[in-house]
Amino acid sequence: MSMSRKTLWIGLAATTIIVIATAAYLLWPRSEWTKEETTTLRGLWIGSLPPLSPDPSNRVADNPQAVAMGQRLFFDTRLSSNGKVACATCHLPAQDFQDGKPLGEGVGTTTRRTMPLAGTAYSPWLFWDGRKDSLWAQALGPLESAVEHGGSRTQYTHVLAQHYRAEYEALFGPLPDLSDPTRFPASAGPVDDPTARQAWESMAPEDREAVTRIYANIGKAIAAYERKLMPGSSRFDQYVEALLNNNTTGMRAALTPQEAAGLRLFVGKAGCINCHNGPLFTNNDFHNTGVPAAAGLPEDTGRAAGVRQVLEDEFNCLSAYSDAQEEDCGELRFAKTDDHALERQFKPPSLRDVAERAPYMHAGQFATLRQVLEHYNNAPDAPHGHSELKPLGLSEQELVQLEAFLRSLSGSLNTPPELLAPPASQAMCLGCHPEAAAQLVPADQPPP
Amino acid sequence: MNTVITVSQPQIASPRQRLLRRIAIIGGGILLVIAVLFGALLAWMNYVPSDLDLSTTRHSNQGVYQVSYAPRRGLIEINQIHAWTIHVATPDGQPVTDAVITVDGDMPQHGHGLPTRPQVTKHLGNGDYLVEGMKFQMGGWWVVDFTIDHHGQRDTVRFNMILK
Repeated sequence: MSMSRKTLWIGLAATTIIVIATAAYLLWPRSEWTKEETTTLRGLWIGSLPPLSPDPSNRVADNPQAVAMGQRLFFDTRLSSNGKVACATCHLPAQDFQDGKPLGEGVGTTTRRTMPLAGTAYSPWLFWDGRKDSLWAQALGPLESAVEHGGSRTQYTHVLAQHYRAEYEALFGPLPDLSDPTRFPASAGPVDDPTARQAWESMAPEDREAVTRIYANIGKAIAAYERKLMPGSSRFDQYVEALLNNNTTGMRAALTPQEAAGLRLFVGKAGCINCHNGPLFTNNDFHNTGVPAAAGLPEDTGRAAGVRQVLEDEFNCLSAYSDAQEEDCGELRFAKTDDHALERQFKPPSLRDVAERAPYMHAGQFATLRQVLEHYNNAPDAPHGHSELKPLGLSEQELVQLEAFLRSLSGSLNTPPELLAPPASQAMCLGCHPEAAAQLVPADQPPP
Repeated sequence: MNTVITVSQPQIASPRQRLLRRIAIIGGGILLVIAVLFGALLAWMNYVPSDLDLSTTRHSNQGVYQVSYAPRRGLIEINQIHAWTIHVATPDGQPVTDAVITVDGDMPQHGHGLPTRPQVTKHLGNGDYLVEGMKFQMGGWWVVDFTIDHHGQRDTVRFNMILK
């Protein structure tokens, strides 16, 4: 063999070894994390969750009396057209403040999946499409929705005057005299029901304004309560804490090798972290991930419609009912509105406790976590707009690892236990509607 | 016991050997190309120029303006909407007032922009402008471009920042 041939063979062999070694280095499962990876994991750790910022649009947002009033309102079925629906009907405290159903069911059936509440106070946008820009404005949507609480704002102000007068007035000042039924009908509001709508339109503008202000305050009290609902630590968080303390025994105790391999995929090859980042595992932005349309529901354009609605919302940050100054409303004023990419974008929910919250996606399209992962792995085209996904090429083993990791994100809420049930003073009233009461009392307590 | 017989091969390669050699050369070449491309992709994804100018005062691309920026709250927090003040001057330090300024931001390694549409909302006087709606949704290398138009003199300045 001539010299040049020998050189060629040696060169080839060396190249092959380098390629194989590089591939092995990149693909071999590792148990250690680089400095950059550790920084990434610290960012996902619950310990990185900053204190909740004030909500300038709600001046009672952090008032303990408002929390107590909001808690009562949250569990009060009188805030509905049939006396059976409270916020807690769909946002069940024992189930992570959601209902486990593909579509929310109040007095009728909605077109979207009920969202969990823990940590949502951190989000600048509420609902799957961000059509509300504060917790208090969000709370007012379902109350007047024909398929959720089904009631109207004059109905709710009458409930307030009758059952919440003292605590309302302590927080918001004197209630006006609502006793004249011609000025303040029992049921009136800008709702779908034609009778209630007509009654609303025939009211004097200043009376409508007075009622709407009380209605907005109902939302602000409920929001004060919801701001207390916070996610807690999971096994994943114990793992990161151990990692930050260089405690390998603690790391091994917190996550199995399979779960840790899933975590490596989550922050690496699978790219989940692109949207599910930060200690709440969501960037609270909007994305089209090609989720299939739900059968039998009208076309859903997601954020494209949501951003138009929030800009026009009578309770947005810039509205007369908001306590904020214009400079506090940056998210609303500088929201992306003109982007074609908004079509069928939805907000990534927090992945904390995700394994406890089937079915998945904005209309419960996927029954299991495995189906969700297969969707991301296959990256089908979006029914409308453009999916941001690319096929991931994950193997069967990798899908199993990712699912195992997602299951390690379950943990109990970091919320005082007394806030996870109706307040004691409400027990008697719940007795008026045994059916509703049975639904609302957590499973570990005997029914009244 | 088996006997191993070594037969010395003639120096001229058979057609079969030539074919094998060709396959080896082509295969090796393809592997090399894949390795180089893969390496290049990795390098690009993680590439931050070592001489990246992170200064908060820079000249615009054509040298028409000298621009400085400062976050109003002193530092930039990830995922928090916030405001900046920028100061626009001529290269010799004369403040440029009443310019029309647009702003845009981008992550060169990720190919995506800002989650908001920030705007220059106010001329605060003396060449200072208020920029509202700034928000960065993740750490890493960001660029923010201001395009400044003053009496038809249009130029763009780019700021680099590494957010943690």
